[in-house]
Amino acid sequence: MPPQVEILQPAQVSLGRLSGSTLQVRLSGSWKLKRGMPSPSAVTDALDAPPKSHRIAFDAADLGEWDSSLLSFIMRVVEVCKERGLDADLAGLPDGLKRLVELAAAVPEREGARSKPARHWFVARIGDSTLAWLDSAVAFLAFFGEVVRALGRFSTGRARYRRIDLGVVIQECGADAFPIVTLISFLVGTILAFMGAVQLQRFGASIYIADLVGIAVVRDMGAMMTAIIMAGRTGAAFAAQLGSMKVTQEIDALATMGLSPMEYLVLPRVIALVTMMPLLCLYSDFIGILGGAFVGWSMLDISWVSYLRQTEGAVQLGDVVGGLVKATVYGIIIAVAGCLRGLQCGNSSSAVGEAATRAVVTGIVYIVVACGLFAFIFNALGI
Amino acid sequence: MAASTDQRSAARPNGPRAAAGVHITVRDLTMAYGSFVVMHDLSFTVRRGDVFIIMGGSGCGKSTLLRHLIGLNEPAKGEIFYDAVNFTTTAPQGRQALLRRFGVLYQGGALWSSMTLAENVGIPLGEFTDLNPAEIREIAALKLALVGLKGFEDYFPSQISGGMQKRAGIARAIALDPEIMFFDEPSSGLDPISSRLIDDLILDLRDNLGSTVIVVTHELASILTIGNNSVFLDAEDRTIIARGDPKEMLAHCDIPRVRQFLTRGDGAASTARSHG
Repeated sequence: MPPQVEILQPAQVSLGRLSGSTLQVRLSGSWKLKRGMPSPSAVTDALDAPPKSHRIAFDAADLGEWDSSLLSFIMRVVEVCKERGLDADLAGLPDGLKRLVELAAAVPEREGARSKPARHWFVARIGDSTLAWLDSAVAFLAFFGEVVRALGRFSTGRARYRRIDLGVVIQECGADAFPIVTLISFLVGTILAFMGAVQLQRFGASIYIADLVGIAVVRDMGAMMTAIIMAGRTGAAFAAQLGSMKVTQEIDALATMGLSPMEYLVLPRVIALVTMMPLLCLYSDFIGILGGAFVGWSMLDISWVSYLRQTEGAVQLGDVVGGLVKATVYGIIIAVAGCLRGLQCGNSSSAVGEAATRAVVTGIVYIVVACGLFAFIFNALGI
Repeated sequence: MAASTDQRSAARPNGPRAAAGVHITVRDLTMAYGSFVVMHDLSFTVRRGDVFIIMGGSGCGKSTLLRHLIGLNEPAKGEIFYDAVNFTTTAPQGRQALLRRFGVLYQGGALWSSMTLAENVGIPLGEFTDLNPAEIREIAALKLALVGLKGFEDYFPSQISGGMQKRAGIARAIALDPEIMFFDEPSSGLDPISSRLIDDLILDLRDNLGSTVIVVTHELASILTIGNNSVFLDAEDRTIIARGDPKEMLAHCDIPRVRQFLTRGDGAASTARSHG
């Protein structure tokens, strides 16, 4: 026996006139969201056409099942009536529906609550973006100034912070970063050596791979790769930690206790990263050179000893110091960007993710800018 | 914790700092986020030892007012005085000294998640007293015991329930025996029994520490049980529309929105009935 299928009439609206000035809206059929929402345009058209209506009444005698689709229809008709100064008589509607209409209209819309989509000219948008970027740069500089003040208090022993927090952060952004720094630095060393090997082999100058890799890694790539790793790893972590603390009001709790979040939270992170970055950079330089030596030994038959001697001759102390100075500055940038974005975090969980993303982007942008400035300055100084 | 909450609610405190007089004065305070005015022209006073309730519907600006009182937000206009000290114009150094006289319980407890309960309570003791670590630990354990968390010293906030987190937050707020305690929605999200325990605790602390207590809440039971002074913030008028003892307000106030709030919506109907 085939299953019984109930055939539901679709939602229908028909219009009629009760008296000269009353438009009657007859509702029939099944009004369900899954079957679509009828438009009130027929009602609006009837109101626009003569004779002029002063009142709308509803007739729901043939109405079947209904849900929010009917409520929405009624609300839109009521809204149209309100706009035109007409009476909407709900007496003919089911009691439950009347109560829902009253509930939806119970709290009037708050003035100014509705946000209006802003439309701007292309030039205005460029202007807004530029001003926003300038504001962001000013905020970064102001925050950096506060960090310098906090470092001043730290150097005179007046800063309030927990030493155990400093130890934990040093471990997090120092020892815990070793594996990823090792992997990336070794691979960067091997990639640089491969690229050089292809060209230098043609001229029988394979041994100069050691010079190429050594100078590139020590002067720039070691500091740069460590900075990129730490921006993605530690800068994002700083922003997420401080952002979560902001969401859960932990930072407010510090502030109202008379403790400075700058000294208590930002200072240990800046000190930890600034002290660990040069050490990680030095380690990265060493591993990068080993990566190059591995390629020299495996592809070009250069012995480990010859490779390292050639590197020793090529790399000057000034190159190493220059790389370490860069790493220190990159460390300050990453820590300041991470902490700034964390403290600027909004009050929702999604804002924490945004803060972490912004910390990484800000960190990397300023690192690249700083790298360019270093190239200019070192060139001018002949280093 | 001997006397019941109801018997003690209106009683004045008899703690060490109990003394008559105005403790907090708010004068013509306007609170705004950018150009959006949340509340305007708020003026009220809180007497020493009051359990002062800031009440009103959801989203009317109660917590924003609390944030202004504790210096987390700056007023768009107006002044806040603690005793005779103008908190609004005080320099950061002086403001920090004032803040140490406050204890604040935030809505979610705001315990530092990377620290144990004892460390949370011990932080203010370590920073602002000369106690040694053993003494700090002892006082922290005592404060936790006062809020019924004896033995939980080495638990992390994530290891305890929401109600216990609130109580631990209170223990941290009272670590330095504050003169003024601020509670932001202390009962929200708690079952009725836990709410009642928190209410008892607030009165106990007021009575025994002699503190002035400011409570932001819209929990009717708490308002009528512990409050002896209050302001009612109205979202529509964006200002205070009633002030005084909440019980008196319930008995005599004929402002429909206040009655509706204090009678869970029955007030307007009953007022209409009595007038009809």
